Amino acid sequence: MAEAAGIKASMAGASSAGGVGSGGPRTEAQPPPAGPPEPTTGPVAESTEVMTVNIGPHHPATHGVLRLVVDLEGEVVRDLKPVIGYVHTGIEKSCEDKSYWKVIPFVERMDYVSYFFQMEAFCGAVERLIELEIPPRAKYLRTIFLELNRIHSHLVWLGTTALDLGAISMLWYCFRERERILDLFEMAAGQRMHTRYFQVGGVIEDIPRGFEQKLRSFVEDMPVRVGQYQALLDRNEVFLSRTKGTGIVSRERLLELGVTGPLLRAAGEPWDLRKAFDYLAYPEMDFKIPVGTVGDNYDRYRVRVAEMVESTRIIEQALDALPEGPFIAEDRKYVLPPRSELSTSMESLIHHFKLVTEGYRVGPGELYYAIESPRGELGCFVLADGSAKPSRVHFRDPSFVNLQAFRDMSVGSYIADMICSLGMLDPILGGVDR
Amino acid sequence: MPDAPGLELIRGAIEQDNPGAVLDTGFEHGCASLAIDPEQLLAVLGWLRDAPGQGYRFLSSLHAADYLPAEPRFAVHYELLNRDRVERLRVKALLADPAAAVAERTDSAAVGVEAGGPAGGAVAPFSTPPTPRQPQRDGDEGQLLPEIDSCVELFPTAEFQEREAFDFFGIVFRGHPDLRRILLPDDYVGWPQRRDFPVGGEPVTFTYNERNYG
Amino acid sequence: MRERQLRARDMLRGDLEGDELERYVEEKVVMTNFEKMLGWARSNSIFPLTFGLACCAIEAPISIVTARYDLARFGAEALRASPRQADMIILSGRVSIKMAPVVRRLYDQMLEPKWAVSMGACSSSGGMFSNYAVVQGADKFMPIDLHIPGCPPRPEAVLYGFTKLQRKIQGNPDQGWRQRYGAAGTEEWARGGPHSEPSAEAAEAYLAARELIGA
Repeated sequence: MAEAAGIKASMAGASSAGGVGSGGPRTEAQPPPAGPPEPTTGPVAESTEVMTVNIGPHHPATHGVLRLVVDLEGEVVRDLKPVIGYVHTGIEKSCEDKSYWKVIPFVERMDYVSYFFQMEAFCGAVERLIELEIPPRAKYLRTIFLELNRIHSHLVWLGTTALDLGAISMLWYCFRERERILDLFEMAAGQRMHTRYFQVGGVIEDIPRGFEQKLRSFVEDMPVRVGQYQALLDRNEVFLSRTKGTGIVSRERLLELGVTGPLLRAAGEPWDLRKAFDYLAYPEMDFKIPVGTVGDNYDRYRVRVAEMVESTRIIEQALDALPEGPFIAEDRKYVLPPRSELSTSMESLIHHFKLVTEGYRVGPGELYYAIESPRGELGCFVLADGSAKPSRVHFRDPSFVNLQAFRDMSVGSYIADMICSLGMLDPILGGVDR
Repeated sequence: MPDAPGLELIRGAIEQDNPGAVLDTGFEHGCASLAIDPEQLLAVLGWLRDAPGQGYRFLSSLHAADYLPAEPRFAVHYELLNRDRVERLRVKALLADPAAAVAERTDSAAVGVEAGGPAGGAVAPFSTPPTPRQPQRDGDEGQLLPEIDSCVELFPTAEFQEREAFDFFGIVFRGHPDLRRILLPDDYVGWPQRRDFPVGGEPVTFTYNERNYG
Repeated sequence: MRERQLRARDMLRGDLEGDELERYVEEKVVMTNFEKMLGWARSNSIFPLTFGLACCAIEAPISIVTARYDLARFGAEALRASPRQADMIILSGRVSIKMAPVVRRLYDQMLEPKWAVSMGACSSSGGMFSNYAVVQGADKFMPIDLHIPGCPPRPEAVLYGFTKLQRKIQGNPDQGWRQRYGAAGTEEWARGGPHSEPSAEAAEAYLAARELIGA
């Protein structure tokens, strides 16, 4: 474990100082401590030199461009300051310049692994502002895609985090499933990522023929695959010893810090916005919320893996209950008319023209709408001033707020545990930086 | 959300202890909001968090908005959540721009009282302008920045979010342990998400035309 | 098969003579010049840098090294974390103004010969983000050898771009549409090449600026 940490730190810090070593003499391989380690004897205890190490924005681990300024005493983390902003894109400012329709591809690219959730947050907020009711088929379709995206996000998380912890094969297996999900997205929306599939009023297109069969076969296979992942990791000694008992933050402290999502549920708090607030088709779905007990990294891993299985159940139920009907609302003031009508109806043509050139106007108002993304509470605040462009779009991104808990997770533990906690924290820097 | 009568009850209860704190209530699209005097922010937030029967202990989001050209220009929004009753409440603290007040000191009496505008009619701006205070912190060009108390003591989750509001709007949070830019480079000049800051970027250049046709 | 083994044995013993030897040499031995061989070797054993910025990073470097779009079949499997050991950097994602000096530093730390691939619309030209926070194209601060369009480009597109880069490394760049439409003079070279020298006014201004800051 000390070796892995040394290598990891030296690889990670290479961009800044051309190689880094931990301050003070390295201890021999110790059995992992039960709680936060306090070296009381031996060479590490006598070393009082605190060395500031920059785990620079260029990581070997693919968590994005996060910079951590870590004060290390030996291998124990004494203080930690995350420096973010390296992929700040000014999306919120750009959105003020675009009509509502055009904002949707922008906000998709914030948290670039769970793109459907940003679309849902924004479209849901605007729909509530204009008080537009979406048809039931659209609700179910949105639910299906949201849950598929949740599985996709958890697969990316599992693959990359297991890679960090040394279980390299997990990457290949998780991405094999991910390719199937992306095939489904491509089938329905034409693009693997950033599909621009949700629109204000519903979804942009109905699912094609053959989608349902493919999705059903995926849903049947998925629990088996999750079982395979668990078989790889659940009895892996190294994985267990690295994740059990590390990165513990108490439930109260997490709530104070505003942390939501699997991190909070792993600490024992059964808080899930899908159950708390009724939105889309979730009230009609029967699913459980996995909740952990201790709140260590192992619990976070188990919670997310169980969530993947629950998501497959939701998709199955939604597929079985998928109602017929229109896939987007009929209100032509906000929704494009179907192209077949353009050649016959003058009114449709005028609506189409207005919507495409200027866009629809959203009356003055402001609204905050939050949904449960794979990382926690994703909230969208839209301030509308009556024109065709939003006056302010702000996203309360879960990774941004969860990052504040990272300090609590790592201070007092080894740097290797810090890397493990970083993986289990699941930050996506696109969402953190926006 | 607390429904409209519930919202009025909350307003009444706050007003008992902190008179003049709540300036307006709004209830639209199923969302409840309270507009408060920024000076009494901590008292109101503390009451909402701790008073028995309230329990808005979770701060979902803290963000700022720029209502230019309406006065007062800035607002800091606090999205509170009561997890026991599953209710959301928005608290808005409206801040005027001291730089504008300094520039237009002669026109201060004419600050409009229009009920419409970006706030959706739910919140009336101040009918009298706030007295300009001497701010303790200057912006990068010596401009005056709006100030408000930091609620990090009450809600530790506000730490990063207040830094973000400072970074983008230049709103100074008094009492914040480490108020500096978070997402933009440390030496950046300007407050990008204010409405009068340009979006930026550059126009597309066609180098063939430039090279051949001057 | 047996025949080939016998012939090889004869050749090694020195038993092949005359025409047989000529034929053998033509079949088995490749004659080339050193640059071509070097180009071939370099292009088929590229060590990419594990560098991901934003959404394109999920497609590359993660997705193209996975089993479906295997980058290993092009010889580029060994992704290196340290820029000192890598020779290709794929800028996968939007380059924000805070990250630009970091990217430039990474690029400078890489050793020659090195290639930079700008993947996706955001690093090629700023993409959809024409605002204050994104550098409008990584061309602004570092030389780029290959641009791959897309948002995000499909992994197949990245691999196609990769094969084009391989051809470029081998000294045989794929001219593409310039060949088809006879537009030979329209290239813009990042370094080397006809238009990569600054104009006289720009060079003067640069020197004046250096004096001004006392460098």
